[in-house]
Amino acid sequence: MATQSATLDVNGEAREFQGDPRQTLLDFLRLDLKLTGTKKGCDHGQCGACTVIVNGRRINSCLSLAIMHDGDQITTIEGIGTPENLAAIQRAFVSHDGFQCGYCTPGQICSATAMLKELAAGWPSAVTEAVADTPAPSDKELRERMSGNLCRCGAYSNIIAAIREVMQSEKGT
Amino acid sequence: MRPFDYRRVADLQPVDQPGDRLIAGGTNLLDLMKLEVEAPRRLLDISRAGHDRITAHEGGLRIGALVTNADCAADPRIRADYPLLAKAILAGASPQLRNKATTGGNLCQRTRCQYFMATDTRCNKRQPGSGCDALQGVNRNHAILGTSETCIATYPGDMAVALTALDATVEVLGQDGTRLIPVAEFHRLPGDDPARDNVLRDDEVITAVTLPEPAAGRQSYRKIRDRSSYAFALVSVAAVIELREGRIARVALAFGGLAHKPWRDPQTEAILTGRPPSPALFDQAADALLAKAKGRGGNDFKIALARRALAAVLTEATEE
Ligand SMILES: Cc1cc2nc3c(=O)[nH]c(=O)nc-3n(C[C@H](O)[C@H](O)[C@H](O)COP(=O)(O)OP(=O)(O)OC[C@H]3O[C@@H](n4cnc5c(N)ncnc54)[C@H](O)[C@@H]3O)c2cc1C
Ligand code: SF4
Ligand code: FES
Ligand code: FES
Repeated sequence: MATQSATLDVNGEAREFQGDPRQTLLDFLRLDLKLTGTKKGCDHGQCGACTVIVNGRRINSCLSLAIMHDGDQITTIEGIGTPENLAAIQRAFVSHDGFQCGYCTPGQICSATAMLKELAAGWPSAVTEAVADTPAPSDKELRERMSGNLCRCGAYSNIIAAIREVMQSEKGT
Repeated sequence: MRPFDYRRVADLQPVDQPGDRLIAGGTNLLDLMKLEVEAPRRLLDISRAGHDRITAHEGGLRIGALVTNADCAADPRIRADYPLLAKAILAGASPQLRNKATTGGNLCQRTRCQYFMATDTRCNKRQPGSGCDALQGVNRNHAILGTSETCIATYPGDMAVALTALDATVEVLGQDGTRLIPVAEFHRLPGDDPARDNVLRDDEVITAVTLPEPAAGRQSYRKIRDRSSYAFALVSVAAVIELREGRIARVALAFGGLAHKPWRDPQTEAILTGRPPSPALFDQAADALLAKAKGRGGNDFKIALARRALAAVLTEATEE
């Protein structure tokens, strides 16, 4: 098995992947790049803790190989905002207590960031009454759209409140 | 995970090396490779091999094999003319997974039988001839129709159930050229060879799925599961029903969670066709559908559940 390489754009910086093609994008981010904000929950696509944004789309980084992302643009929680300069969604999670232990939070925030774009693009969901119609941004829609991110602490209602605040402030500006 | 070689390919070509395996979204294959249920020697990465468009085709649509589930369900033509397909896709997995899952990969996803997904159990699908631990084991999510004594696994997907009711076709490319397979004939029953999920030959790749002209009538997808999102179906029903002058003029029904393939039963449809809808008629249809149903203990409840799911779908679709 040959060592193989790829170049990924991670949070705006070119990063080299070199090594065993078995390495997942999640392990590459955490172990090689030391970007430990992205979390490993289940490693099997069942929890959403590892959610990152690839070329504008949210995905589970545990079920993807780093080598497959040559040339892709990856945004992790570290690229969304920093402790000194929090993004609006991060501030909203803080002010609404959108977490307890915080383990699921980076995944929730990356997921929510991309989810709002999907909603703005008019994508339907499983709870959209008529799939051909533009979905209404109801709490029911938000809950369904965030169902790929589990929270063992059960902070769900506060997570929805945080997302709603960001939606409202974006509407106001 | 076992070591493998990796190669990106620029186009969909027939597979010519034994041991080569296609990887598209990777959401099923990598999951199983981590469990060492799958151990391909070489991965051919087709994720950038084109075939990622939905185009007009003979009055219907042609969905390229690499179109993601997310893109397919968001496509305005699918939403307007084949809402059943959009609904079934959206009822499956999670938004993150649907962003990676592809049309071809979704069709080929493997069973979620928990014995298949572990290497310390007996499973004829994973290891032919070893036995089937599900027969006497925990078989709550297993099949009640078309099973054999060697395997009672279900095909777990949602998209293919909708495609079956919509009379879609799978387009495959092999060493001998292109072959068209009705989706209803793509997956197979386990019989005495449960290792094979579908009729794809080792050299064949899926290039597209085609949809015929949109059918008249109402389309619906009902999925019943243990939680309301991010869970596989216990039972699902895809329906296309056209009413004319108070009678069921045409009906197409496909069921998920009941068998090793999306289940379509011509007799059930024949009973309903040409008749005015009524609870008694729906009961008769369910009798036909479930005449040969066989529970294995844990999944006995699916027989009653399938009956009720069918009645609910028919009631809703035939309401004025
Ligand atoms: C937690 C979880 C929950 C899920 N819930 C659901 C659910 O509720 N409903 C549902 O329907 N699905 C569900 N899924 C399954 C998901 O839909 C599939 O994993 C996905 O559709 C597979 O597509 P992929 O492109 O990622 O396939 P891959 O993993 O890349 O490939 C899967 C298989 O298909 C083969 N393959 C891929 N493309 C082709 C091609 N063009 N020609 C021939 N062979 C090909 C591969 O060789 C491999 O054997 C779930 C998955 C997870 C992890
Ligand atoms: S039901 Fe099929 S897949 Fe499950 S253990 Fe038995 S043989 Fe294997
Ligand atoms: S760690 Fe990736 S989904 Fe759980
Ligand atoms: S805050 Fe603890 S898992 Fe979500």
